[in-house]
Amino acid sequence: MNPNEMTIAGARDALRKGELSAVDLTMACMVAMDAGDGLNAFVHRTPDIALDQARAADGRLAAGEAPSMCGIPVGIKDLFCTKGVASQAGSHILRGFKPEYESTVTAKLFGAGAVMLGKLNMDEFAMGSSNETSCYGDVINPWKVDDRSLTPGGSSGGSAAAVAADLCLAATGTDTGGSIRQPAAFTGIVGIKPTYGRVSRWGVVAFASSLDQAGPMTKSVRDAAIMLGAMAGHDEKDSTSADLAVPDFEAALTGDIRGKKIGIPREYRMDGMSAEIDALWADGIAMMRDAGAEIVDISLPHTKYALPAYYVIAPAEASSNLARYDGVRYGHRATLAAGDGITDMYEKTRAEGFGPEVQRRIMVGTYVLSAGFYDAYYNRARKVRALIKRDFELAFGAGIDAILTPATPSSAFGLGEMANADPVEMYLNDVFTVTVNLAGLPGISVPVGLDKKGLPLGLQLIGRPWEEGDLLNHAFVLERAAGFVAKAQKWW
Amino acid sequence: MSIDIDTARRVAKLARIRVDEADLPKLAGQLSGIVGFMEQLTEVDVTGIEPMVSVTPMRLKRRADVVTDGNIQRAVLANAPDAREGFFAVPKVVE
Repeated sequence: MNPNEMTIAGARDALRKGELSAVDLTMACMVAMDAGDGLNAFVHRTPDIALDQARAADGRLAAGEAPSMCGIPVGIKDLFCTKGVASQAGSHILRGFKPEYESTVTAKLFGAGAVMLGKLNMDEFAMGSSNETSCYGDVINPWKVDDRSLTPGGSSGGSAAAVAADLCLAATGTDTGGSIRQPAAFTGIVGIKPTYGRVSRWGVVAFASSLDQAGPMTKSVRDAAIMLGAMAGHDEKDSTSADLAVPDFEAALTGDIRGKKIGIPREYRMDGMSAEIDALWADGIAMMRDAGAEIVDISLPHTKYALPAYYVIAPAEASSNLARYDGVRYGHRATLAAGDGITDMYEKTRAEGFGPEVQRRIMVGTYVLSAGFYDAYYNRARKVRALIKRDFELAFGAGIDAILTPATPSSAFGLGEMANADPVEMYLNDVFTVTVNLAGLPGISVPVGLDKKGLPLGLQLIGRPWEEGDLLNHAFVLERAAGFVAKAQKWW
Repeated sequence: MSIDIDTARRVAKLARIRVDEADLPKLAGQLSGIVGFMEQLTEVDVTGIEPMVSVTPMRLKRRADVVTDGNIQRAVLANAPDAREGFFAVPKVVE
């Protein structure tokens, strides 16, 4: 096995035993990154930073005081601000932006000894489900079954592709409506969105602040537990980050879920759902039952309204958050004509800097917040959101420990295949994941099988708030039972 | 409710995004599709439900009202498209 193909847990153990150095591991990843150019996953490379961090990690390892992430090479989604390193959120409007500060998540990872290989491609401002809205161009899914290039999903598509293709050991992602879990499912890896408030949002370019959470994208559930532990924790600079101790998530992986109650929400059995997804779900249910869990039929009656509520709330928050891109303080400013005033500067800058999907969402958000429509759309959506959250509270209140659902309505589709679709059709990718963001809950996508074309499919587990440890343990059981070991055949 | 071309023009203006007249019909059509999708929310009985203000029941933390940062003018201006004499520069706003 080449070192870049290792898991975090495997590499950690090899590093601590001295069987491998962080510098050698980092070099192996940099060779894989170069060979993986065709995937368009890494968009800014930081080899000098990586080697400095790897040398420092080797020093800590030699001194015997290395935390779990010490010497582990990771990729960072372009949404995270990294000091002195381009951070563009996949947008032309932030071209040339090099933050003067470090996001809390990357600072915590670096403090734990992690090595940054570079920044990863993503949908512009995390708005997209296919990585086709990026200013850097499409990311290509390493999974391929015919002559088509497939999407890795989005918005954390670069992160998913890089991990699935072993260009790095793990990557950071962010999830506002499914942007960690859907690409994880499309590429056969693990992705967890933590409870809202578990991970600091400080220094992460904002999309919809009441929904955004960062999380790890990894090759195994154990790796997700290790990396989440390094990313999580209270931060005074994010007033919505929870002042709660971070438990040892890896220690929660006992593999024992006997007597746990797994809820199966009947509303997730959508009209027109593919037989393959249905069969995968049934397999997952059988795996949990065989592990000694009790399967319980539950109802989450407002599920159907989650997507429309999301597509009011997320654009409303985005229209407000993205007002800051005005061509004054950072990023792109349009070239002005003689006599242009400040309003021309704003309008031209934003028309040039934002891509079509981001423009659409800003305008939808502007519309639903405008005088006369605020109550009809925005306030109504916030009421429906309260009902969606209550559905989950009632289920958990009745003793449910975790909820099992499909992660996505299909396997990865071809790049360009949705180009002529209505924007709403693309939004349907989030149908199983978006409820979790609206309710602020933790959710994890676990690869469970391949469809008949040979592409990975995932299931999602949803947990109680703040109980990521228990959720990860359920995912660990599912992962072990599914025994998913398939990898993308290297063509790149 | 469908969005007509005048509404699309007004929304673009409010959002400070320049949209060519020729592109307004397509934009209006797309926005109408999205707003039409939202209309499903009118089916939900929301009587007596308060709009959610915080997804986790928490009181935002407060801190002492003191200066914790500052004297970083260079860093603040470092990414500005146009900075002059320690300020952000913009087109003339007062005649």
